[in-house]
Amino acid sequence: MNDDRLWPKLKNGVWKDNPGLVQLLGLCPLLAVTTTLVNGIGLGMATLFVLTFSNALVSATRRWILSEIRIPIYVLIIASLVTCIELVFKAWFPTLDRSLGIFIPLIVTNCAIVARAEIYASKNPVGASIVDGLAMGTGFALLLMVIGLFRELFGHASLLTDFTMLTGGEGFNGFVFADGGLLLLILPPGAFFALALAVAAKNAIDRKLRRARNTGATRSLRRSG
Amino acid sequence: MTGRLPILKSGATLAAIAAICTSLVALTYHYTADRIAANDKALLEQSLQPALSDLFFDSGVSESRLVVAPPHELPGDDEALIYRIYAQGKPVAALFVVTAKDGFAGPIRILLGVDMQGVVTGIRILQHRETPGLGDKIVSRRSDWVHQFPGHSIHDPGVEDWAIRRDGGQFDQLTGASVTPRAVVKAMRDTLLYFEAHQEEIFAAPATEDAT
Repeated sequence: MNDDRLWPKLKNGVWKDNPGLVQLLGLCPLLAVTTTLVNGIGLGMATLFVLTFSNALVSATRRWILSEIRIPIYVLIIASLVTCIELVFKAWFPTLDRSLGIFIPLIVTNCAIVARAEIYASKNPVGASIVDGLAMGTGFALLLMVIGLFRELFGHASLLTDFTMLTGGEGFNGFVFADGGLLLLILPPGAFFALALAVAAKNAIDRKLRRARNTGATRSLRRSG
Repeated sequence: MTGRLPILKSGATLAAIAAICTSLVALTYHYTADRIAANDKALLEQSLQPALSDLFFDSGVSESRLVVAPPHELPGDDEALIYRIYAQGKPVAALFVVTAKDGFAGPIRILLGVDMQGVVTGIRILQHRETPGLGDKIVSRRSDWVHQFPGHSIHDPGVEDWAIRRDGGQFDQLTGASVTPRAVVKAMRDTLLYFEAHQEEIFAAPATEDAT
């Protein structure tokens, strides 16, 4: 857990302890904005940024923070960072900002961020905390993208529509395969189904991997015995 | 004495961190404010454009704004906006931003362009919360529904026929959604009637200054 090398931590954040899939944190934005892949990318990037910097700031100030007032301080730090990123989005990605709407300011309430500040950044050095923020943020962002991709592909029958919201201007603007898809997936219940499928898929893959490892282990045991 | 010190220390820490965070936000604001204002203005001009179709005009769209505070005879209970469009100093059209309040899922904000003869130049939906896949087809990006209106005026097809087909009118509804188009069509009709009755005062009124 305290290993601060990038690769194992990244693997941990993306797969083993994925904040969305395993810890089930920050579900509100995850379920709400993932109607398209571009939305998922946008909110994923914003969350990744906030998580990394809040971890860095919390970790940098951890020696001076008395435990009684730590929560208000985390809230202060996170709220300021979110306000900054909201301003940046409004200035450079105005259409994306409008598409994500209230969910940019609502990153403040993403419990994944407070959780990482409390569990990790308040007890570890700055470098390790930044790596932790990057790893957990990447895990969260990837999950947003996977669910966004799934819901857009089957719900809208399109892919990467409104891509210009990220590039800001003309150019490639996604593919549309058909006029409308499975409406259910775009509506709120579809978000829950998509998340459930993602969690189920992860568990299934984990079980398969474990079984493969176990049979491998028994075989080698038999051979040696 | 010993009891008071930690409180002082906590307070000082909190104040210091608050000061740092506030300056961070202030700094970001300082570097983004101009860009954000420019974006907002560009967005406004850009969003008003489709309601004018290919009408020639040479006035800045956003400087001619008239804010009509409620209560007023236009659709909706909230503030209505009117943008006056000129070509070589002569009025050529008016853009209305009004609210259709009886949408399926709350109010629908509409942008409607009308030329001096009362003919619709274009209509767009600015804000809505209609059902995705059904009522949201009123948005130009999702279907051609809004494109049936340009060219019509309150005398063509006439007040009674300014309704969707299901209500005996002239205009197409949407499959699976009639509440939404009904609300929009009704708001358009009321706006056209208002324009016909108040055309002169609209163009005589001075522009509303920004409160900021």
